[in-house]
Amino acid sequence: MNSIQKNRLKDQLFKVWGIVCTLIGLILLVIFIGDILVDGLQRIDWSFITSLPSRKAEKSGIYTALMGSIWILLLTTIIAFPVGVAAGVYLEEYGKNNRFSALLEINISNLAGVPSIIYGLLGLEVFVRIMNLGASVLAGSLTLSLLILPIIIVATRESIKAVPNSIRDASYALGASKWQTIWNQVLPASGGGILTGVILALSRAVGETAPLIVVGALAYVPFAPSNPLDEFSVLPIQIFNWISRPQAGFIENAAAAIIILLFITFIMNGIAVYFRNKWQKKWK
Amino acid sequence: MKKIVLIISLAIVAISCGEKKAEKSIDNNDTTFLEGTIKVDGSSTVFPITEAVAEEFRTVEPKVKVTIGVSGTGGGFKKFSRGETNISDASRPIKDKEIAACKENNINYIELEVAYDGLAVLVNPENDWVDNFTVEELNKIWEPAAQGVIMKWNQIRPEWPNEEIHLFGPGVASGTYDYFTEAIVGKSGSSRGDFTASEDDHVLVQGIAGDKYSLGFFGLAYYAENKDKLILIGVNNGEEVVKPTLETVSNGSYRPLSRPLFIYVNSTSVKSKEVVEFVNFYLDNAGELSKDVGYIPLPAENYAKQHENFKAFVESNK
Amino acid sequence: MRKIKELVIEKSLLTSALITIAITFGIISVLAIEAFRFFSEVSIFDFFTDTQWTPLFTDKHYGILPLLTGTLLTSFIAISVALPIGLSISIYLSEYAPKSFRRTIKPLLELLAAVPTVVYGFFALIVVTPFLQEIIPNLSGFNSLSAGIVMGIMIIPYVSSLSEDALHAVPGDLREASFGMGATRLQTAFKVVVPAASSGIIVSIILAISRAIGETMIVAIAAGQQPRLTLDPTVPIETITAFIVQVSLGDVQHGSIEYRTIFAAGITLFVFTFLLNTLSYRIRKKYQEKYE
Repeated sequence: MNSIQKNRLKDQLFKVWGIVCTLIGLILLVIFIGDILVDGLQRIDWSFITSLPSRKAEKSGIYTALMGSIWILLLTTIIAFPVGVAAGVYLEEYGKNNRFSALLEINISNLAGVPSIIYGLLGLEVFVRIMNLGASVLAGSLTLSLLILPIIIVATRESIKAVPNSIRDASYALGASKWQTIWNQVLPASGGGILTGVILALSRAVGETAPLIVVGALAYVPFAPSNPLDEFSVLPIQIFNWISRPQAGFIENAAAAIIILLFITFIMNGIAVYFRNKWQKKWK
Repeated sequence: MKKIVLIISLAIVAISCGEKKAEKSIDNNDTTFLEGTIKVDGSSTVFPITEAVAEEFRTVEPKVKVTIGVSGTGGGFKKFSRGETNISDASRPIKDKEIAACKENNINYIELEVAYDGLAVLVNPENDWVDNFTVEELNKIWEPAAQGVIMKWNQIRPEWPNEEIHLFGPGVASGTYDYFTEAIVGKSGSSRGDFTASEDDHVLVQGIAGDKYSLGFFGLAYYAENKDKLILIGVNNGEEVVKPTLETVSNGSYRPLSRPLFIYVNSTSVKSKEVVEFVNFYLDNAGELSKDVGYIPLPAENYAKQHENFKAFVESNK
Repeated sequence: MRKIKELVIEKSLLTSALITIAITFGIISVLAIEAFRFFSEVSIFDFFTDTQWTPLFTDKHYGILPLLTGTLLTSFIAISVALPIGLSISIYLSEYAPKSFRRTIKPLLELLAAVPTVVYGFFALIVVTPFLQEIIPNLSGFNSLSAGIVMGIMIIPYVSSLSEDALHAVPGDLREASFGMGATRLQTAFKVVVPAASSGIIVSIILAISRAIGETMIVAIAAGQQPRLTLDPTVPIETITAFIVQVSLGDVQHGSIEYRTIFAAGITLFVFTFLLNTLSYRIRKKYQEKYE
């Protein structure tokens, strides 16, 4: 075989290798999810969703964890959404290209890379101890809001950047002020992109475990939170707790709870992708 | 987009209404229910009993919220001495340091015995060389001097394999740890530090069950729950090799690893009716439920005595 | 009047942006203050050179090396999995695959990164470890190999997506020139495109390493809770992140040396990831306009 043929062979081999690699990750994911479905699907029924945790695996349910996760989701949205979008708007519309803006930008990029458990330590010291909120839903939501803030800010900035300047110019030409332009033109135009970013950020928050463990979410909480200062548990922590229990019944419970968590995660990601496509089409 | 928001909000409202409805249907009975929150924390050994009691209690008083933490006996006492919990689970008696801490914060309490435990020594099912341990052997494995030195099975008995011992045990906040070190090493809290330590006994079960060369110890209940995954090893009490069972723990022949389990109740907390109810319920049902989870119940007269002591305590703290 | 309103709005938006500075300030101060208190009781020299980490036991040792090697060992295994696979994926998608395939596959790969890590932890412990125990008989129930492999799968998209973007950005002319000289796609890819996109690829690798180092749940569930100085992937170890979780699950009194150990561990973690992230940011900025 001469060298040309050898090279062609290598080329083809790499192509096969590339396809294999691409599919490996996805195939493994399918295997994992298949395994989870086999382990846990039959466990899911209405009583599983409405039962409180119990020492007996058959009677244990995810009610308190699910309620806790919904509480966390709502509170985190209320806190992080306005702050994140506001910060993104400022950086994109008002920030002058000076050293201060550059500093803010570097800073946000860094925050996005900080491990989530560090945010847990921050939340423990500031929200739980110094602000004396205890290991409450509020402390947990505040901690997670800090965690996802950089994601929302970046998404907001990207969406706003994509709005053509012609729209802003037209608005100014009609005599509108800066804020009127932003509120009436830029934000509605970038709304789809921002929403996508926010939903993806919240989807991340729903699956977070480590920061909430550090803040103090317990695993044995047999009631749903009734106010923001109540103690709580969330779905990922309930899963973590059940995984630690070696009896087969609890592994089944963990698998079932994972199915529900994945369902929520994938739905949220799906909605976000739907919005992203819809919003991107607008600009075509 | 608006439709989706609407649907999600409706779903959330529906679920929360569902919870209220469940509560309402209980209310439709004639009796009025107690309300309140009871905070329990402490020993992971005692946890299965307290958890069982709390669950049964919920069928009697569904509006009382009981939370149970597993910070370990030591961790539980720290919170208890700061007044952060109403009841502390403990797998060893309170220490002088902890008594002093309670005094500093004006916390008075009563100690109540609730069950017996036989501390179990366990190995992996594939371990076919250990049939029993003497106390001296356990001491040799676990004492502080063993840290980094005693690493292999054949250093204990030469006929055992030339393989690393993988040790698992409760961590330092655990009363089980305190008790084991006191009984085996001779000083509470004194042991080697290079082992897998966890206050979560389930982690220990999994660790031992998954590792051929493992050795560990924890409360008997966690063995009872996982009989198919672990092998219980008998301990030589000086005369014969004894395994922890209902009989051997009750009659004291499983030495030195038998011990009582406790709950400690805060004196201010007994001013609340729901706490008094809960503790009485606990003492009423501890015999049955401790057996249920794998521990050894006290003799009936002991429970009666605890009831009396508690009653007097409540009276004096009205 | 309008001018005042505009000013007020601008300042409120500014405040939101400043919160991000406050967060960074908060993280650094919290870590630094507690770590400072820690180091007033434990010598820095011991911290970095002692080979044992037994802060909670009678014979107290405060050497971070066991936790550090645990973290680096699992991360190394993860990168060994993610790097070759991720790079191959990116080269394949960029140089070989038809556009439609690339469009459908990319979001699917990003799904790998969206799965909550506690779910990956479940896989590592319940599926991967028993499977590997068939192949490696002495494999412990808790070990860094299973955790590392699963972590590697999770970070494949970090490597593949960013590398692919970098490769895609290389102008077509360079490829054309290479084809013109008779090179195959493989030769073009490795000799022309990859070197051209090298800065972007390096950035993706650094970010993937940073992500692996900071990972908590997979290792907390599957790698073990025994701090030990070893490179053996078949035995239980403990990472920095798993230690913080272990202590948080118990109760450690605020103000005690034990409480401060989690901050000492935390600040070590933070310094590592901060350096990696800053490095990747610098490289990205520096080499961004190379081909404009």
